[in-house]
Amino acid sequence: MSTLEIRGLKVTVDTEQGVKEILKGVDLTIKSGETHAIMGPNGSGKSTLAYSIAGHPKYTITGGTVTLDGADVLEMSVDERAKAGLFLAMQYPVEVPGVSVSNFLRTAATALRGEAPKLREWVGEVKSAMEGLKMDPSFAQRNVNEGFSGGEKKRHEIMQLELLKPKFAILDETDSGLDVDALRIVSEGVVRAKEANNLGVLLITHYTRILRYIQPDFVHVFAAGKVVEQGGPELAEKLEANGYAEYVGA
Amino acid sequence: MSTLQSNLLENHTPTGREEAWRFTPLKRLAGLHDGSAKPSDRESLTLNGIASPGVSFTRSAITATSPSDDAVVNRVRNHTSDGAILAIEKNTVVENPIFLNRCCGGVDSAELSRVQIRLAEHAKATVILENTGDTHLAEDLEIVLAPGSDLTFISLQEWGAKTVYAATHNAIIDRDASLKAIHVTVGGDVVRLLPKVEFVGPGASADLQGVYFATEGQFFEHRMHVDHAVPHAKSNVNYKGALAGKDAHTVWIGDVYIRAAAEGTDTYELNRNLLLTDGARADSVPNLEIETGEIVGAGHASTTGRFDDEQLFYLMSRGIQEADARRLVVRGFFNEVISLIGNEEIQERLMTRIDGELERAGK
Ligand SMILES: Nc1ncnc2c1ncn2[C@@H]1O[C@H](COP(=O)(O)OP(=O)(O)OP(=O)(O)O)[C@@H](O)[C@H]1O
Ligand SMILES: [Mg+2]
Repeated sequence: MSTLEIRGLKVTVDTEQGVKEILKGVDLTIKSGETHAIMGPNGSGKSTLAYSIAGHPKYTITGGTVTLDGADVLEMSVDERAKAGLFLAMQYPVEVPGVSVSNFLRTAATALRGEAPKLREWVGEVKSAMEGLKMDPSFAQRNVNEGFSGGEKKRHEIMQLELLKPKFAILDETDSGLDVDALRIVSEGVVRAKEANNLGVLLITHYTRILRYIQPDFVHVFAAGKVVEQGGPELAEKLEANGYAEYVGA
Repeated sequence: MSTLQSNLLENHTPTGREEAWRFTPLKRLAGLHDGSAKPSDRESLTLNGIASPGVSFTRSAITATSPSDDAVVNRVRNHTSDGAILAIEKNTVVENPIFLNRCCGGVDSAELSRVQIRLAEHAKATVILENTGDTHLAEDLEIVLAPGSDLTFISLQEWGAKTVYAATHNAIIDRDASLKAIHVTVGGDVVRLLPKVEFVGPGASADLQGVYFATEGQFFEHRMHVDHAVPHAKSNVNYKGALAGKDAHTVWIGDVYIRAAAEGTDTYELNRNLLLTDGARADSVPNLEIETGEIVGAGHASTTGRFDDEQLFYLMSRGIQEADARRLVVRGFFNEVISLIGNEEIQERLMTRIDGELERAGK
């Protein structure tokens, strides 16, 4: 049983107009096996939260803590965070020209497992992960995310989630841009990863549809850089019906 | 007179003010340009293995196929009328790559070398020129492609750190013949390499690919000149360079000249540079001169950018440590061209060399 704990997290970015505070004290605790949905208006800081936990250099932490089973995540380099068990499925996965998916996955697995996976078993692992997400085997030979459609990029993120077996996954709008079938396929991948590894999930979304496949234990409303309300799955239905007016107006 | 023809230097020694020489550090050129180099009788070019049927490698008198306006080439031609000739007979299709090897030179004197690679009508071959070791070398290399012939020419500059290399690789390409050239420069102190193309028959094509990686103190210049003098020829230029370390300096010049007669020309040139550290300098100058509107296409692009932190972050967020992530991105950058070589062993050797250069350069 692991715990990812975010306490009073404050984050700024450097903008052309100067330093801008985006996260204004975020509190959130996620345990293994739990699914937390975060919903909130555009620009409220959801991706900033995701990137800050993963260690993106663009964001400056000005206050608060992030710990994983007591270990200080904010002190870790980006790769150390992954090795500690954190995974970020990005809202906009990055293209890496000239690096094949197969080479990328194997390098990542080698880094995370501390040794190169045995070739024969590895080939099988990748094959079944790709099949699980209904990705054509030819993707293994393509360059990472290069020329992938929006939906293909998201499938590729969840395929990595299944292969790399983190303790906690932050899914930043993994459902955006997916067609109805892809949404189901990708959601099933997340559920498989949850069941296989008792994964804790922080799921950032704008829509309740994905929550029908990946049942949240908790729903958090995020507005203006912090969590403004928490509840169970019923909160998501309420947001879908009423929007965020009562949170952003105040 | 066209600016792209203004490099006529036969009768004088470059001063550094000429357009064609303005980037080159003449003081470091070991006298290859001004005649002060001490000529040696080295003949360092050899054929690896034995020539297959229809292929010959000989040393004999050479008649230049095309006059040159380059000071170094003219010094080489004045120095010697002999050279190495690799000839492939009519209709000969050579299955395996032909390896030419240049090593074991020296830096106490300069080799002035003439080379010709000749493909007769409808011959087809791949020639891989492997340059290693430390040397001072001025090279006049002509590629003569008869109608319908097809050459893949790979020139690997894996020189040692003291090498000074000034070369022209001039391809004269006749009707329906095609050249694919790949130039890889990953070693040397000063490399000044001029890949040139003269189309002399319609339907000919040239694809010039290249990569270079300069680290601390190295100067690598690649200066293309593609002369579309006849109709319906096609050219493509794609060079990628990376630089790391103090005073690493690369120059890429892409001169494409479409003459009035060259209707139906299709040409595109691209140069991309990746600056891995501060203190390095990449010059990149595409020049397109067009004298006819009746063309299929003509374009160019040049970019010089820093390392992409988003790519680094993405890889690291999957557990890959920074040095490995950088290596992956740099390998990825070069892979587009290196993979065209089509020889796993050479590709891996070059990538390993690139890894090593990157490591040496630190961050
Ligand atoms: N470099 C920057 N310059 C100016 N503003 C920035 C910069 N980076 C982030 N921001 C701002 O920070 C705020 C939070 O952005 P973030 O991407 O975290 O929002 P989000 O909640 O994920 O939104 P969405 O639902 O649209 O994905 C936005 O208002 C954004 O414009
Ligand atoms: Mg976002």
